[in-house]
Amino acid sequence: MLSRRRSLGLLAAALTATPIARAAQERTARLKVVASFSILADLVRNVGGDRVAVDALVGPDGDAHVYEPSPADSRRVADAGLIVVNGLGFEGWLDRLVAAAAARAPVLVASAGVTPRADDEAAMRLDAAPDPHAWQSVANVKRYVANIRDALARIDPAGAGAYAAAAAAYLTRLDALDRAIKDAVAKIPSVRRRVITAHQAFGYFADAYGIAFVAPQDMSADAEPSARAVARVITQIRTQHIPAVFLENVVDPRLIAAIARETGARIGGTLYSDALTGPDGPAPTYVDLMRHNLRTLVAALAP
Amino acid sequence: MLYSNLIAPFAEFEFMRRALAGILALAFGAGPVGVFLMLRRMSLMGDAMSHAILPGAAVGFLLAGLNLFALTAGGLVAGLAVAALAGLVARTTELKEDAALAAFFLVSLALGVTIVSVRGSNIDLLHFLFGSVLALDDRTLVLIAAISSLSLVVLALIWRPLVLECVDPGFLRSVSRAGAPAHMAFLALVVLNLVGAFHALGTLLAVGLMMLPAAVARFWARDASAMILIAMGTGVASGIVGLLLSFHAGLPAGPAVILTAGLLYAGSVVFGRVGGLARRLAPRRHLEA
Repeated sequence: MLSRRRSLGLLAAALTATPIARAAQERTARLKVVASFSILADLVRNVGGDRVAVDALVGPDGDAHVYEPSPADSRRVADAGLIVVNGLGFEGWLDRLVAAAAARAPVLVASAGVTPRADDEAAMRLDAAPDPHAWQSVANVKRYVANIRDALARIDPAGAGAYAAAAAAYLTRLDALDRAIKDAVAKIPSVRRRVITAHQAFGYFADAYGIAFVAPQDMSADAEPSARAVARVITQIRTQHIPAVFLENVVDPRLIAAIARETGARIGGTLYSDALTGPDGPAPTYVDLMRHNLRTLVAALAP
Repeated sequence: MLYSNLIAPFAEFEFMRRALAGILALAFGAGPVGVFLMLRRMSLMGDAMSHAILPGAAVGFLLAGLNLFALTAGGLVAGLAVAALAGLVARTTELKEDAALAAFFLVSLALGVTIVSVRGSNIDLLHFLFGSVLALDDRTLVLIAAISSLSLVVLALIWRPLVLECVDPGFLRSVSRAGAPAHMAFLALVVLNLVGAFHALGTLLAVGLMMLPAAVARFWARDASAMILIAMGTGVASGIVGLLLSFHAGLPAGPAVILTAGLLYAGSVVFGRVGGLARRLAPRRHLEA
């Protein structure tokens, strides 16, 4: 009995001395930032560099709209030095989490200062909830980056210079991205700048870059599509001369193929809206995500 | 008016024509098979087999995505294996064949849903469970049509032993050895038709176009050939009406077709000429000598 207890003690001692434990100690020296979802985490990482340790509550490929926080999340929030959220009603679950975890850290609303646009769906319901997907316009994300830079500098004044330099470099990249999107869209004939999609996240992209995202009538991921829904989409594509369909998130690929066959519209690839992909996916960072969507749209819309 | 409601949906939209062609082919192939399943008191077997197809098709999906050949091959292998296994378990253990089938089909359904969910999204899972009758491409249509043609030919070949076995299996065994091979061929046809129907209607509804028309036919005819014709007609009518319902009322297409067949069944239960409720409750006077 005694010997077993002693060996357990030895094991515990050995564990605390392992590299894992040491890495954990180093991490505590860095500023802990918790971001609500993967895209924000990527922005914080680009500004904070090595001085911050960033954690996303909703990781790559996760859906932040319907997220259920876990007990581990509430611990991460409690330990954080800064909490970064998108705002605009995107993370309805976060206020409760912050309150429940008794977090002491300040909460930065990254979208502060962005001009919100009305949510298309909400506008129909006559309540004025804003569309939260502001990061789909690069100009807005530049605002996010400035907000993150200022918040980091306030909490960690010693790093202010490093944050300013990193943010400046990243903003230059964002400017190049913004120009690349505008140039690519300019090459698409204006009559072809429209797609049909059930994604509801591209309002800011549409406003900023002039590609219309037409929602299919009568079709959602919640239900089996009826013949009426398919007929309506086909009629819609024919009458509005929509050159490409992006319905990958609501109907199965064979039905998309059937719609494309019947209308002559091109089948678009996958558009990423609310979450990054894992490191092996096509959109591991925000810049990659926007470039991937741009490539996909151009491939579908180029004459 | 009549044209715009009944003909225009098919004239205007290719996907409607394709869906109709697929369901007509299924009605011609699966209807007769269903009649024999019913006559041999194996109706639940069809249900069990259609679930048994799911894990096989799911493995095909896991390996090759939504590939027609992979799904078909996987479904065929799994269906035939379960048919054989259920027979084996029934013969070698105390368990009756229906209980063995029930066990297999529950396990198959759970296994299939699990495998699909490992790789696919909810959309994929829905596609497996309810099919995509609105998205039949050329190759799927050819496959379904080939299966029904083959079914009709094989049924014609094994017609005599099949009918005899329904009526008097003991007599068949005493006069001929064709019983066992005919039974095997028939089971293979059941699996084939279910795999074809799986592409259009999914694993939960595939058996609908097989058993419901057969059950309807049972209420209107006494001999096998008449039942088969009625079953085919019921399948065709369900397809046309169900697709039109889906088009005008916005109902999901596969379930609409099966629901229509279900309504025809309900009507037959009440008004059927052979053993319908109305006939039983208000019999015509017997001729008196």
